[in-house]
Amino acid sequence: MMAILGMNEEELFASGHRACAGCGEALALRHILKAAGKNTIVAQATGCMEVVSSPYPQTSWEIPWVHCAFENAAAVASGVRAALNMKGDKETNVIAMGGDGASFDIGFGSLSGAIERGHKFLYVCTDNEAYMNTGIQRSGATFPYANTTTSPAGKVIPGKQQPKKPLPFIVAAHGVEYVATANVANLIDLKNKVEKALAVDGPSFLHVLVPCMPGWKIGTSSTIGIAQKAIDTWAAPVYEIEKGILKLSQKPEAKPIEEYLMMQGRFKHVTPDIAEKIQEYVDKRKKFLLENDGKEIFDVLY
Amino acid sequence: MIFMSKKMVMSGSEAIAEAVKLCKPKVLPMYPITPSTLVPERLSDFVFNGELEAEMIHVESEHSAASALFGAYATGVRAFTASASNGIALMHEILPIISSARFPAVMSVANRTISGPINIWNDHSDAMSERDQGWIQFYCESSQEAFDTILMAYKLAEKENVSLPVMVCIDGFALSHVYEPLQIEDQKKVDSFLPAYKPENHLDPKNPKSFGPIAFPNSFFEFHEQEQVAMEEALKEIPKIHAEFKKEFGRKYGNGLIDLIDMKDAKYALIANGTSVGTARVVVEKLRSEGKKVGLIKLKTFRPFPAEEIRKACKNLKAVGIIDRHVSLGSEGAITLDVKSALKEEKCKVEGFISGLGGRDIDTKRLIKVFETLKKGEKGFWLK
Repeated sequence: MMAILGMNEEELFASGHRACAGCGEALALRHILKAAGKNTIVAQATGCMEVVSSPYPQTSWEIPWVHCAFENAAAVASGVRAALNMKGDKETNVIAMGGDGASFDIGFGSLSGAIERGHKFLYVCTDNEAYMNTGIQRSGATFPYANTTTSPAGKVIPGKQQPKKPLPFIVAAHGVEYVATANVANLIDLKNKVEKALAVDGPSFLHVLVPCMPGWKIGTSSTIGIAQKAIDTWAAPVYEIEKGILKLSQKPEAKPIEEYLMMQGRFKHVTPDIAEKIQEYVDKRKKFLLENDGKEIFDVLY
Repeated sequence: MIFMSKKMVMSGSEAIAEAVKLCKPKVLPMYPITPSTLVPERLSDFVFNGELEAEMIHVESEHSAASALFGAYATGVRAFTASASNGIALMHEILPIISSARFPAVMSVANRTISGPINIWNDHSDAMSERDQGWIQFYCESSQEAFDTILMAYKLAEKENVSLPVMVCIDGFALSHVYEPLQIEDQKKVDSFLPAYKPENHLDPKNPKSFGPIAFPNSFFEFHEQEQVAMEEALKEIPKIHAEFKKEFGRKYGNGLIDLIDMKDAKYALIANGTSVGTARVVVEKLRSEGKKVGLIKLKTFRPFPAEEIRKACKNLKAVGIIDRHVSLGSEGAITLDVKSALKEEKCKVEGFISGLGGRDIDTKRLIKVFETLKKGEKGFWLK
């Protein structure tokens, strides 16, 4: 296969794993490993990626990999990093990985503790906006009004009623030196951000939006198209917060949010009234991001 | 600096910290909880004063303490944590994951009851509630025993045919905060008893391996079966390690599994663990002086359960009374259940006495009452 703009040709996440065809999360993971390289240890939370990659005695991992439980990838990574330190190994990358359930919700305390302690490690949250592994239940990261099995498009309540928890900002507010959001529609941007994050001498955090076929009720060939639309409509803006300074990675002219919603079965129930509310939510975030682009938003911490 | 063995006066918790220091763990994920707090405090002193080369991880919960302990062992270094009560309950999810991964972790437990109602005092409900999670469990009667047991715990855990984690239990307050004279051993002697930990399998980019895979029904069963085999191996290794320890340091606690006190011609006996053994010793001595044929079995090892040793010890008894500081609500005390199972083909009657819950005293009067009950052939009861 031809090398794409400096992308590592070596595959560290072997094919033959059991992820769905078109899985955005597997795609992200594969390219994160390409960017991180061989000298990397991954501590992964329970979730789809752990299940599809490690059916005993098989493994898709060409690098050292450890899975313990759902809510503790950051704590496990703390133990790994401390042990490496005591072995005098400062070179090996340590990456903790979890989905949105593992990161926004159940593992939030573990994540907060680990970044507060300042271990040198990268935490990657691959966000597909619901508990997909257990059958598409709502999470703190679920997009407003999305239809999930625990926030159904009901006759009275039309899907998830809350905005997304602003996890990248919460992490940045801890004083983390490098926080970024990325998206599988732009793998070069993802690669660059992984490299930047791993160069930090302390904790860093990366949020990656990953479309999910069964969860979003989308076709297997639509992953990249929908991910790109999430950027174009500002449904999932891509930015960095480096030493407290916000920097938008892309500032596209916003397309109407309906274009994003209509591509996905999880928003099939959305009426024009609801679409307007979602547009307001997206616009409000966009306004905040544009107003603060290039500014030190967590100046008090540095 | 020349390390010499020395005698000091210390609490049970400090004794544990001193022993841990001599075992040279590299990673210490710690979360304080009463009555275990002195352990992380002393270990922090050692690390912050440069007396112990280790990385403290000031985790934000016991769940993360167990998780970081798992991560450290996955990376191939010796580590340690300490906890109690609700802290152990919060670790519950991770404990069987550590044992299933066959990581030889050691944790001290300052036994305290589990809420609720909330109560900070001693019973064994924290550790006993984890009896089925693949951790070896030792109970200690004195600070010295706690110190010695830590050394033996690492040695046992790291035996290749065992490779299981170990809990070293001391009674909260009754031992964790009680000051006793303590023989602190020489570093060189400890090093020769407990060689450096060099596991074959660990996270290493030069030799990548996967840890913690998903096991489907076609392999999960075998994972558990192997842990059971390892527990049986531990049952054989404990007396051996104990004998080695005795040879090296001159102290022993029965054979490491159980200790027999005045059991030779006894007709009635108690089985106790932890500090209530001390009280029971006094009672047995008193009743013996009155000519009564009574004895005491100290249960040092609870998991693996030394069923055969118990059976032999109780063979000629008329009745045995179990001092259980935990109750499996809706059933009986955990030790009582195991003893009943061990003695199912013996004539000896087994009576359980639920004792000391939430820090209620287990005094000599109460234990004398147990012996009287056994003698009368009456049923066990809650020793309130």
